[in-house]
Amino acid sequence: MTRTTLYMLALTAGMFAVAPFIINAAPNEATMGLVYKIYFFHMPSAWMFLIAAITSGIASARFLFFKKQSADGWALAAAELAVLFGAFTLVSGPLWARKAWGVWWQWDPRLTSSLVLFLMFVAYLLLRRFGGPGSDKLGAGMAIFSIANVIFVYVSVNYWRTIHPPTSVVPTLPVEMGIPLWFCVTAFTLLFIVLLRLRARLEHQRARVEALFLAEES
Amino acid sequence: MTAFVRVVWIVVKKDITVEVRSMELLSTTIFFAITVVLMFSFGLVVEGRAVQDVAPAILWIAIAFSGTLALGRTFERERQNDTLRALLLAPADRPAIYVGKLVGILLLLALVEIVLVPLVGLLFNAPIFAHPFRLAVTLAAGTIGFSAVGTLFAAMLVRARSRDVLLPIMLYPMTVPVMIAGVRGTAALLQPTPDLAIAQFWLALLGTFDVVFLTLALWTFDPVMTD
Repeated sequence: MTRTTLYMLALTAGMFAVAPFIINAAPNEATMGLVYKIYFFHMPSAWMFLIAAITSGIASARFLFFKKQSADGWALAAAELAVLFGAFTLVSGPLWARKAWGVWWQWDPRLTSSLVLFLMFVAYLLLRRFGGPGSDKLGAGMAIFSIANVIFVYVSVNYWRTIHPPTSVVPTLPVEMGIPLWFCVTAFTLLFIVLLRLRARLEHQRARVEALFLAEES
Repeated sequence: MTAFVRVVWIVVKKDITVEVRSMELLSTTIFFAITVVLMFSFGLVVEGRAVQDVAPAILWIAIAFSGTLALGRTFERERQNDTLRALLLAPADRPAIYVGKLVGILLLLALVEIVLVPLVGLLFNAPIFAHPFRLAVTLAAGTIGFSAVGTLFAAMLVRARSRDVLLPIMLYPMTVPVMIAGVRGTAALLQPTPDLAIAQFWLALLGTFDVVFLTLALWTFDPVMTD
């Protein structure tokens, strides 16, 4: 672990330790009361989910089309984080929806496209885990297809009813709600970067050990 | 361009020749599709009558299932004597080989659908002859989208372990838009008063999906299939 990563990890841990107090200090929302505070963790994790997926897609494209070997480690690390943050988003979302909409799940474009994106990255991980030799290239193809597919899922489900609050709500938040939100977004971004660096480093080292082992054998 | 078409034609001709001699894929896939539809009717027919408006969903699920089976078997055949490697070693454009395999799958699935659509119409009281041309175009667009992704994935998985289970795992989430657009578009055509505007919208979406994913597949086939 590099020194930078260590500092970032400490900062992230500190921010997550403080986050509950800051969230607690935020005022309750007029109609939803306390429940809306799930949002402070739900939205940042949803953002990180999307960022992780896009990172994985870009890294996969670099690996596949530009033969950049190290990009594969980044793609795999980002894909694992996409599943992690995706799971978090998909669990915290229904918890809020149950109180706000009265149902756990709705076939709304955002929900459905998040779910399908999550499924595609789970499939990606299964492929990487059980695909055997050559699954790095297959995974790269899969990740690129996944990113392209999200748009289609979104458009196709958009033809049904939309009830998810739009992202345009963010700039209109009052300051007392905005501060905890941006605090949490920063904390989650740091967490994402730290985990991504650690996981990619592990993957690069694993690849190096494998290369050394193969060189020794031949 | 003519060289490209020639390679496509040679690959398709090879697949047809192999298939005509054994009829293995065609007979098993058609029979499988029939059993899928029958399983659904045993599950869904209540008091001797079919549940309303399920025909499009069953039709598309049957297409997806039998398509997956056909894709798996086609490339299993190429794997057995490592003939896919021979194909890839041939001095021909890799994308042309992909298109050749894709056309083969499409021909097979078209034959399956010729059996499947009347069967679903018969068992679930769907008016399949209300707009036969539009129905055929919607089916074709959906099948092309499904097979474009499926052929690439199945080809990629030829060398992978546990390929049988990985193909549907990868293919089904990826073809969610095809399923939604296919089912909705077909439902709009099969309902008592067909809604052509809605059917048109879904067909346009399917067409866009086909173009984007065919382009992506042609683009990724070469780097993915290179050792």
